[in-house]
Amino acid sequence: MGQPVAEVSGYTATSTELIVSVAARALAGKRRVFAGVGLPTLAVDLAQRTVNPDVELVYESGVCAAHPTSMPESIGDAVIVAGAEAVLSMQALFGYVLQGGHIDVGFLGAAQIDRFGSLNTSFIGDARSPRVRLPGAGGAPEIMMNAAEVFVIMRRHDHGSFPAELDFCTSPSPVRACASGLGLPHRGMGVSTVITPLGTLERPSAFAELELISVHEGVSVDEVRAATGWDLKVADDVRVTMPPSDESIRLLREEIDTVRLYLR
Amino acid sequence: MSHDKVLSMTEAIRRFVSDGMTVALEGFTHLIPYSAAHEIIRQQKRDLTLCRMTPDIISDQLIAAGCVSKLVASFFASGSAGSLYEIRRRVESLVPEALEVEEYSHYGMVSRYHAGASGMPFAPLRSYSGSDMPDLNPLLKVVDNPYGEGTVYVVPALNPDVTIIHAQRADRSGNTQMWGVLGAQQEAAYAATRTIVVVEEIVDGAVVRADPNRTIVPAHVVDAVVLSRRGAHPSYVQGGYDRDGEFYREWTAISHEPERLRQWLQDWVYDLKDSDDYAEKLGPEKWAALAVSDRPSGVVNYGSSR
Repeated sequence: MGQPVAEVSGYTATSTELIVSVAARALAGKRRVFAGVGLPTLAVDLAQRTVNPDVELVYESGVCAAHPTSMPESIGDAVIVAGAEAVLSMQALFGYVLQGGHIDVGFLGAAQIDRFGSLNTSFIGDARSPRVRLPGAGGAPEIMMNAAEVFVIMRRHDHGSFPAELDFCTSPSPVRACASGLGLPHRGMGVSTVITPLGTLERPSAFAELELISVHEGVSVDEVRAATGWDLKVADDVRVTMPPSDESIRLLREEIDTVRLYLR
Repeated sequence: MSHDKVLSMTEAIRRFVSDGMTVALEGFTHLIPYSAAHEIIRQQKRDLTLCRMTPDIISDQLIAAGCVSKLVASFFASGSAGSLYEIRRRVESLVPEALEVEEYSHYGMVSRYHAGASGMPFAPLRSYSGSDMPDLNPLLKVVDNPYGEGTVYVVPALNPDVTIIHAQRADRSGNTQMWGVLGAQQEAAYAATRTIVVVEEIVDGAVVRADPNRTIVPAHVVDAVVLSRRGAHPSYVQGGYDRDGEFYREWTAISHEPERLRQWLQDWVYDLKDSDDYAEKLGPEKWAALAVSDRPSGVVNYGSSR
């Protein structure tokens, strides 16, 4: 993170800024977004100021349509409560807002993602004697099962993070859920968009596999293929990711994350 | 209504928390009952099953102090700030000994409290289909959908022996008012056999009755009311004081070194009498840094026919 990857007249976008601006553009036309703090919050904020002034941000803490006066450090900060349009209990948030089907886009991160968009946020190594204990589920399984679609921001793109087999599946794709034959099906399609430091991947439908649709400037399709732990499907018309506009970079630096809390 | 349930922290923990109990300490990023946890540590309670959706630093402290033999939770980090190294040592390297962990997702935990509070054996939810979580936790089960096709995952009721929550205010009989992020405190309180409410302020019953919708946990489910001003530090109280982000970041370093962590417990828990001592030790500069602005709610009219 943080190294310059694209020269834009006057501004040089960092990898993080590129990821955030790609995510913000993808939010055009989406209504209600469930996100945690960090890059997703920046993406929603940027979308609000550019392509989607009406987008509504919902936090896991029960805060709906927050209007914070400064940058929150966690999903439950006092600053997102003050001035919010609603603050719900977690039963109402998870039960009614999420399971009830009111979320258009859920944002998730993960240590590992597989070719159908199942996510691991729990363990590296064997779950019963893990090499690394990751934070675990939180609300991720609920977001995956109930949002109409899920955007994933991956901080790395290599064989460790894009393996052929997950070490552990915390939040399953519809493919995996269907194969299990147990429980209720996904409300939505699971992961639709994955943004990585190398490019953008998409799944067109609930049972499709991830497909490379754009590579960031200076990255080749072969590099992305080599960094992926399975035989990556590549779109016929794969293109170079549109770099963020000068105005987007300016907004991110001068108005949204002025202290560079997340834009490292 | 008139029954006075006010107890000192020492007495409330002595009376209601015993070795081997299942104890829920809820509060989602906000209103985390730190002062109660510190008293549990001081009284050297042992073999507790600790239930908390997001373990947070409070769990790292209780576990490091040897109070906890099992953790029931749905997330294993402290918000956006760093690692809980005591938990990681127990889980990754089994040092000093393995910690038993029972793991859910957030809505799994909320649903467990909801079932417990409702007097039901289990609660259904849409999660876990295709996840590896049920392989790790056999209590995540499926039942046939009695009204249609297929099966539905369920989680078992959680009925803690005691739930402890922190709130802005309560009256002496236990009517507890909270605002801001409410988490699963209402569900956890109703699910428990006993409930201890720790508050920033004890108010007259008339204050409560002027705004009854703000009572999240009514007196009928509260067994003890404990006054502990600033007792939620380093978490925050909406309208009271802000989260101590500096301490949250510092904890990563403190918890990384077992010796430093023991020393922290000595200096900030064992050597202190109560949360007043703790607040004083933090000092006026810290409290000035955590001060919040005023942003009062509007006033609503509860008027009825005369």
